[in-house]
This record gives sequence, C-alpha cells and structure tokens, in this order.
Amino acid sequence: MAELTGAQILIECLLKENVEVVFGLPGGQALPIFDAIHGSKLNFILARHEQAAGHMADGYARSTGKPGVCIVTSGPGATNIVTPLATAYMDSVPLVAFSGQVSTAVIGQDAFQEADITGITRPVTKHNFLVKDVKDLARTIKEAFYIASTGRPGPVLVDIPVDVQRGICELVYPEKVSIRSYKPNYNGHPGQIKKAASIINESKNPVFYIGTGVVVSNAEKEILEISKKADIPVTNTLLAVGAYPHDTNLSLGMLGMHGTYAANKAVQAADVIIAVGARFDDRCTGKVCDFAKAAKIIHVDIDPTAISKVVETDIPVVGDAKKVLEEMSGLVESKKRADWIKKIDAWKAEHPLGYERNDDKLHPQYVIEKISELTKGEAVITTEVGQHQMWSAQYYKAANPRLFVSSGGLGTMGFGFPAAIGAKFGNPTKEVIAVAGDGSFQMNMQEMAIAILNDVNVKVVILNNQYLGNVRQWQEMFYGKRYSHTCLAKRPACPSWCNSPDRSKCPVYVPDFVKWAESYGALGIRVTHKKDVEGAIKKMLEAKNSVVLDVWVEIEENIFPMVPAGKSLDEIITRIGG
Amino acid sequence: MKHTISVLVENKFGVLARISTLFAARGFNIDSLAVGETEDPEVSRMTIVVKGDDSVLEQVTKQLNKLVDVIKVNDYKDVDYVERGLALVKINVKNSTRDALMKTIGIFRTRIIDLAQDSAIVEITGDEDKVNAFIKAVSSFGIKEVCRTGVVALSRGK
Repeated sequence: MAELTGAQILIECLLKENVEVVFGLPGGQALPIFDAIHGSKLNFILARHEQAAGHMADGYARSTGKPGVCIVTSGPGATNIVTPLATAYMDSVPLVAFSGQVSTAVIGQDAFQEADITGITRPVTKHNFLVKDVKDLARTIKEAFYIASTGRPGPVLVDIPVDVQRGICELVYPEKVSIRSYKPNYNGHPGQIKKAASIINESKNPVFYIGTGVVVSNAEKEILEISKKADIPVTNTLLAVGAYPHDTNLSLGMLGMHGTYAANKAVQAADVIIAVGARFDDRCTGKVCDFAKAAKIIHVDIDPTAISKVVETDIPVVGDAKKVLEEMSGLVESKKRADWIKKIDAWKAEHPLGYERNDDKLHPQYVIEKISELTKGEAVITTEVGQHQMWSAQYYKAANPRLFVSSGGLGTMGFGFPAAIGAKFGNPTKEVIAVAGDGSFQMNMQEMAIAILNDVNVKVVILNNQYLGNVRQWQEMFYGKRYSHTCLAKRPACPSWCNSPDRSKCPVYVPDFVKWAESYGALGIRVTHKKDVEGAIKKMLEAKNSVVLDVWVEIEENIFPMVPAGKSLDEIITRIGG
Repeated sequence: MKHTISVLVENKFGVLARISTLFAARGFNIDSLAVGETEDPEVSRMTIVVKGDDSVLEQVTKQLNKLVDVIKVNDYKDVDYVERGLALVKINVKNSTRDALMKTIGIFRTRIIDLAQDSAIVEITGDEDKVNAFIKAVSSFGIKEVCRTGVVALSRGK
C-alpha cells in the first residue's frame, strides 16, 4: 500500500467515514491538511468564523443524526470552537473536530498560535486526543468517530501537530473499534424493565417526560405506542420538540420554565414519572426539592451519570431508549385512565398556550404560528437563544424530531444561523428557517456569505424587538424594570434611565437588516404590520435564494407561562399580574 | 464520610489531568491521590480518597467510569481491603528528649532514615490512622516538616 502524509490520511479517513461535508477555516498550523483537501473529493465549506463552523457542523449533526465535522487551525482557530464544543457537549451532539497544532518539537514553548487545546477542551468534550505520531492517526480518527456517535453522543476533538500532518506512513484504517475502557451499554436490565412496567401498570397518574435520548435513539414510535396503549400523557423537553405528535390528546407540550400549564401541573400531580433520555435539567424541574413530590421516578437513560444526578431515581434503567421501550412495550398493560385524562384536559382548557390574538399588534407568537401553518411543521427550524427560541418551541408544531434545532443546555446565542446553514447541507430538499432575535443574530450573521456563495438558500426570520428580549423580560419581572444594557438602540445621548424606548425616535436601523441582506445578495423583506406577515412568509418560502425577513414585533412582549428561576413548577405564572 | 476508590486507567499522558479536571468541575474534593504503574505497564492504578455522602460517592464513581480512559472503578466501601500510606517526619532532637523519642519510634515500629545533630527524619508506613497517631505522638518533640503520600489500597485475597 502506498504511503501517505498524515494530512492525506485524515482526508482519506473522512471519506471512508462517508463524511458529506466539512466546515472550517485554514491557518498556519493546518496548512498540510488544507493542501491535502485541495483537489480532493472532500466537500469543504469555508466559514467566516471558526465558531460558526462548529455550529454548522452541529446543525448538520442534529438535523441528520450523523456526526458533524469541522477542521480548524491551532491557537485562536481552536479556541474559537470551544463554544460549539461546549454547546454540543451539553446537548449530546456527535461532533468530530480536528485542530492543527504546533509541531511536537515546540509544544509547550509558547510557540506562535499555540494553545493547549486538549487541556482547554477537556471539560467540554466527550473525549479528546493529541496525536503525537502519524502511525496513530488513522486509528485515532476511527476511535473519534466511534466515541462521538455511540452511547450518549458528544463532541470529540483530535489535535494534530503540523509535523504529524507532514509525517508519512501507510494508511491502515481499522474496520472495527475496540476500546477496552469504553463499552456503552445499550440493553436495559430485564429485571429493571419489568419493575418499571409493573410500577406503570399500578399507577393512576403517570406521565412520560421525554428528552434528547428519544430523538437520538429514534424511539418516537415506541413512545407513541406505549403512551396510547396505556393512556399516558407525554411532556417533552426543549430538545425533544417534535418527538411526540402535537395533535393527540396525550400531548402536554413542553415542560418547565416556559412549558405549558398542563405539562407542569401534570408532572406535579403525577404518581409516576417515566423519564426517557432526559436529564432533569433545572429549566425542566424548577426547584428540585418540590419537583413531582408524589411521584415514583423511572429513569431510562444510556448515561449512568444522568441517573440520580439531580432527582433521586426509584427505578433506573441504563440503556438505549428505543431498545428499553421495545422491551417495556410488551409488559405495559393496555389501560384507560379516564379520570387522569379528564384532569389534564381541564388544565389544558384552564390555561392554554396563548397571547392576545384579537388586536392588530404584531405579536411574535403570531409569526411563529404562521410559519408553522405555512410549512405544515415540515421545515427544519433552528433558533438562536432567547424569547424567540421559547416562542418557537411553544408555537412551532414540528411534524418530526430533528426538525427543531436549538441550543438547550448551554443556551448559545449565535448558534441558530450557522446551525441552519449546516442543517441545509444535510437536508438540501427541506426548507430550513433560522428564527432569530435581532440580538442573537448579530453574533454570527457574517455567515450569510457562506449561504450566498454556496447557494444554500436558508431563510432567516428576525423577530426584531430591538432588545436582548429575554434578559429584558427578567429585568422587567424581577429587577424593577431596570433595563440595564438590554436596549440594542441605546446611545450615549439617551437618558441614563430609559425603560420604554420610543421606536419612532430611536435609531432602528442598527443595522438595517434589509439593506444588510441586500448587500450580500440575499433578499431582504421588512414587515411592520400584522396583516403583512402571511404574505411576507409566503414570499420568503417561494424565494429561490436566501432571505432575511425582518419582522418588527411588539417590543415588550413576554414569554408565558413562566416558572421563575429557582421556584417550584407549582408557582407557574401565566401572565403578568396573574 | 471518607471513601477509598481504586481506579484502573490507561497509562497515557493526560489521564491524571482528566481525572483531576473531573473532580474540580463537579465540585468533588480529593483528600489524597496516589498513582503508579500496575503489573501491566499499560495500566496505572489510582487510589483516590474522597469525602462525601453516598450520593457524592455514587456520582464520583459514575463520572469516573464515564471517562474514556478509565478501565475499572472499584469502590472499597463494602469491601475488605488494606491500605498503606507513607510519611516522612522531620523531628527536633535534643539530648534531653532523645531517649523518649527513640522509645516512641520503637512503639510505632518506624525507622530513622536520617539523623543529624538537632533533627531526625522518621519514615512511617501504615494506614491513615496509624500515621496520624504517630504524628500526634511525636508532636511534643517539635515537628519541623511532614511529607505524606496518599494511601494506596488493594482488596484482600479471598
């Protein structure tokens, strides 16, 4: 077999892993890799910022289920992907990142663009490698893909010094991986599954609480089947939007801080919670000691550390959600729970999700509802982080999992737009819409260049309220309406105290998103009235190129319901003053 | 509550850093840590002593197991095991106290490994309690310096 350079080995390995697209940015200590990419079959997409490259890989991974890949240079290139790695780590996204590194001979000498990136990323990756010998490279790459995409998925970083990239050896790509210290367990313990089923059978008021694990293991059919068979209502986390059909009476919607009234009430009244692939995040549980006090907790998760980490678990089942549910399905008795469902229907009727629908104001929720309606929930929606994210989770009726892509655990602003570009590369035939706030969008909007140059055709809907809206909401509710540095139009000339900007006087064109879009060659559309929303969305969806829809929404709209941070789910606020 | 955990890990660079990062990131406190090669040169054994209740111990063990380089975690909670630590103690020596010191050293079956005009370095091995007791016993002579290793532990044969 012919001998190759380390850089060539990397490219060959990526092709062997059937990597469709790689995002990244070159630099001095990655030059051999980029030289090897030149003229190779690898589809490399040049981002404008490494952070965005990482989020693109993430959006690709979340929307397709396949590992996302990015390549960056050493030092600042590598430190720029720390945020994407941490984002992916929190949300269990399979990502494989390659970074250039200074030559092994000078590691530790503070060489130009040197950073100890394996040290820096240790707490935010599932695993990372520094490859010191070209002979280890192929095996390491195989292991990186294996670790990233098996068990509880997560990001893996492979740091490759420039002399290893230049080093020469024969390419032997292992067919199989065997790591003695890493053997994920997929099959749940039959005894535990039996116990769980019998507790479910005895229960009166059970609730399914489903998270990312259901999406990762494609267990949505099994959840649907068991829930229907045994009449068990289902609530989902932010990351499991779309994993359960919205139109069944058993769907409770999202749980937690901005979850539905019915979901939060149901969890608090439940006698059994069946958590599947969810990790009892504090945004879901509220005050932990008051969470579902009367309930026995069954927890199905592939990650043993997730069990009893936050909430004490009665019946842990460590395994793959799909496999465990398949086995459980035969043991769960068919049952009608009419009293329980009646209670839930009453909660749903008492406080349905809603906003003021009968005025002429342009409410942001209305925009999401229209997008949901006009796309039939079949578009991939990515979000940034903030109010628009929560409204999207509440009002976008995603028809399937993997159609709602959002940074949950880390809450990374600047995630959504690059993630949308990545998602479009993975789903070229699907409509991909990035819903953004005007604050978040400005964190990575430079990537419009990538969308335009590659004819990516992504749509951006900016719910423009001239605020860092979510923080402003907290300031309004918990800090006496002291809007400290949340107004995006604030100038030195503004009064030092301002909690009600006057849109007719404030400089709203910072930037003018329509002109900005046009400067890239995208289509810019501005909507300032409710009556124009539907037409504008249709125009956006019909467009053959990328579009920025700048929607001037009600600036001080709040997300409700809301469970204030640190409060019990019982203390849910359905509106201000209520 | 103190727990002794024995961890078999891949003998690679960076593994110790992974373990200490894990402890720091999760807010677990390490009382002591000792690392060394095992009968298999590719494997190292780390003996870690941590303080915490059962739930802390459970998380520590699970989080350690989750690390890719960790091969096996043994918690010696319900296991019969032996543990030994080593301490070097530099003690003041005066003519008036010399005999008493020698007696104490004899009782603890320790060894003098350096003797100077006004000080002696004593080597003591034993479990933590014995080392503590010795240090307490010689403290009246005046201790100049103490250097202790973390304990190493093995489960007893059956």
